[in-house]
Amino acid sequence: MEVFKADVAIVGAGGGGLRAAIAVAEADPTLKIALISKVLPMRSHTVAAEGGAAAVTRPEDSLDHHFNDTVGGGDWLCEQDVVEYFVAHAHEEMVQMEHWGCPWSRKEDGHANTRAFGGMKIERTWFAADKTGFHMLHTLFQTSIKYPSIKRFDEYFCCDLMVEDGRCQGVLAIEIATGEFTLIEAKAVIIATGGAGRVFRENTNGGIVTGDGMALAYRHGVPLRDMEFVQYHPTCMPRTGLLFTEACRGEGGLLLNKDGYRYLQDYGLGPPEDKPRNKFMELGPRDRLSQAFWHEQQKGRTIKGPFGSVVNLDLRHLGEAYLRERLPQIYELAEEFMGIDPAHECIPVVPGVHYTMGGILADGKTASSLPGLYSVGECSSVGIHGANRLGSNSLTELIVFGKVAGLEAVKFAKSVSISNPGAIQKQAEAAQARALGIVNKSGGTERLAVLRTEMAQSMEDGCGIYRLGTTMQATCDKIDELRQRYKNLKLEDKSKVYNTEWLLGIELGYLLEVAQSMVYSAINRKESRGSHQRLDGFEERDDANFLKHSLAYFDGDNAPRIEYGDVKITKSQPGKRAYGAAGVQADEERKKKGAANG
Amino acid sequence: MADTEKIIEIQVLRYRPEQDKEPVLQSYKVPFTDDMSVLQGLQYIKDYLDGTVSFRWSCRMAICGSCGMMIDGKPKLSCKTFLREYYPQGLKVEALAHLPIERDLVVGVEDFVTKLESIKPYIIPKEKRTLEQGEYLQTPQQRDMYEQFSSCINCMLCYAACPQYGLNPSFTGPGVLALMHRYNADSRDGGQAERLNSLGHADEGFWGCTAVGYCSEVCPKGVDPANAINQNKMNSAINYFTRFVTPGEADK
Repeated sequence: MEVFKADVAIVGAGGGGLRAAIAVAEADPTLKIALISKVLPMRSHTVAAEGGAAAVTRPEDSLDHHFNDTVGGGDWLCEQDVVEYFVAHAHEEMVQMEHWGCPWSRKEDGHANTRAFGGMKIERTWFAADKTGFHMLHTLFQTSIKYPSIKRFDEYFCCDLMVEDGRCQGVLAIEIATGEFTLIEAKAVIIATGGAGRVFRENTNGGIVTGDGMALAYRHGVPLRDMEFVQYHPTCMPRTGLLFTEACRGEGGLLLNKDGYRYLQDYGLGPPEDKPRNKFMELGPRDRLSQAFWHEQQKGRTIKGPFGSVVNLDLRHLGEAYLRERLPQIYELAEEFMGIDPAHECIPVVPGVHYTMGGILADGKTASSLPGLYSVGECSSVGIHGANRLGSNSLTELIVFGKVAGLEAVKFAKSVSISNPGAIQKQAEAAQARALGIVNKSGGTERLAVLRTEMAQSMEDGCGIYRLGTTMQATCDKIDELRQRYKNLKLEDKSKVYNTEWLLGIELGYLLEVAQSMVYSAINRKESRGSHQRLDGFEERDDANFLKHSLAYFDGDNAPRIEYGDVKITKSQPGKRAYGAAGVQADEERKKKGAANG
Repeated sequence: MADTEKIIEIQVLRYRPEQDKEPVLQSYKVPFTDDMSVLQGLQYIKDYLDGTVSFRWSCRMAICGSCGMMIDGKPKLSCKTFLREYYPQGLKVEALAHLPIERDLVVGVEDFVTKLESIKPYIIPKEKRTLEQGEYLQTPQQRDMYEQFSSCINCMLCYAACPQYGLNPSFTGPGVLALMHRYNADSRDGGQAERLNSLGHADEGFWGCTAVGYCSEVCPKGVDPANAINQNKMNSAINYFTRFVTPGEADK
């Protein structure tokens, strides 16, 4: 087996992994960095983020505003000290991206422009048309080429972490082109593998978003935090789940039901006004908008489409020229995938799974409970999203905490040396045998696509926009069953060269474990908060019992053990989460109360 | 959009280096609806008919650049090419032309990536600026000068289209030259001379292009590499002659 000796290994070369790699390279050019990715870096799913990245920029904005939007948007399940750090460092990271060439959209005076986004009080979303993630990813990738200490392992698939002497000391990876294994020894490891949206049926995610890093950390005893909080994005393409960015609404797009009525006003988001107003109506947060869709559907006020109920996203009044400038990709998606000209017709949309708020438990500096292991981005739960992420906070998270992860890993790597390489080698051989076991096994009967489809459907049934104890229980049972059946997986492809079926088989193992952590965390949370909404007697938020983070611990073949952790509150006591006119009123009351308390 | 299911024949060029001496066509019958892309057809094959067919894909929305292939002889992204366009006669999918087949529809990308890395595809600042000084000012008009060329998704369709690259693989090729122009045309950048010099003025660079323009035709993102190359032939010529007139100037 090939062995590569690195100081810092980074798994995943999307926005978070690349930013971390650059941070390490800049902090100490003598450190060897292994950047491991199962796809070419520019294929990473950061590429698909559309709308933008939040940072306090305008003179009328403040760090407190961004903090309050984020903490309230997360239904007070955020780590407030971490949010404070996040909002304070967002702007400098945007500027850093600008210096590296990111083509931010500009104002006439040459400064970067900002746009409105859901749940944000002031326009603070930096954007590059509606391809912000694409541009950030390519900018980071191309910039990373400057640093000779970054050794890329493109199209290497990570199949295990090496844990020796109680700390993480490397990873094992498969070279996809040859099927050969490489052991990458490292004094510190950063996981930056993205989310796990593919556990659901209708989702906005790329095929690669399979929870790899979450599952790897979880198997090694690191808890997954707040996994029940899964974001449905309210405006996705029916059947494929492809995303129509929230920027559509930031730019003035409307949501209409079958009567052409702006139904969001019936769900505490109104009153409607002619011009978009921040935190009102279409600029409410994603969880509320997706929930409103569900209610409209119950009332029979959605539109019947070939792939189920839809509502209309109306951009017509914005005009072709403006749409082509601000939302060119959306225009293209509507035209080419749906045969719709959005300047003249409404776009039918549905909610689709978009984002996993939870992830690998990380402290405010991205460190996990396993020494030497760090995480950043969607795979990580550093604590800024709580029970519902605000749009445009996640791209910012990649670069703010990517840098932190890089610098923390540098510090750790310099404080240790690889201990017991012989034992690590043995571990690697055992992990290799396990990975090969999946493809070399004979006598299996279960078809991969069947298991995956049953999982995705069951997750949608049990962990959708609204949840019931009974359906969640059915999903718990189904996922338990699928994990058993997975042992009997049958793969047809025995090749070593580009055996993508083998990789899909390994990924399915990751997906099932992550799915299990989600549904067990969900059924145990007997309240409604943010994106976790129940209809079976737990309709209200219950701070007395559940102002707590869920922590799912891996327990082998059994269901995970669910424990709870405290939520860090610094300056915002849990309050009423309200938007529209009710939100304005709630803000007033909080202010008065604050003044009265001195 | 959706209607009753029909059956379409997809012929896939297979190549498994461990067993095939040369690529062979294999035919699959795939049920489809009118909204389904060629990629979804291939996914159906992999999921239900033959798990051994290998191809790259991820985003499904024409932004990650993974799923380029020859579809009935033309380089296209399979995620935004639709099966209905090939009904009832069926279609043939093959690995991208001009690139080595690693397996089935998967091509080798090493040459492309090495070329991309070689042209210094990052800002070489015209003037230094600290983070405290904030962003470089760049008007929307200045941004327009390079924005189009920054939209390349590295799908390599233009390499499969480029007859020059097909004949002479040392030619840097349309996508990477467009990327070079993206940085050269950025108002924040001062690295043009450095990049042009490192590329050389021989056939590998802009002068290798024989102006067929098929690259721009097949580009799924409207990048127009042919236009980028044209503009750079001019820049390259000026740079070249500047060397003789004012030695040292061209290297600044």
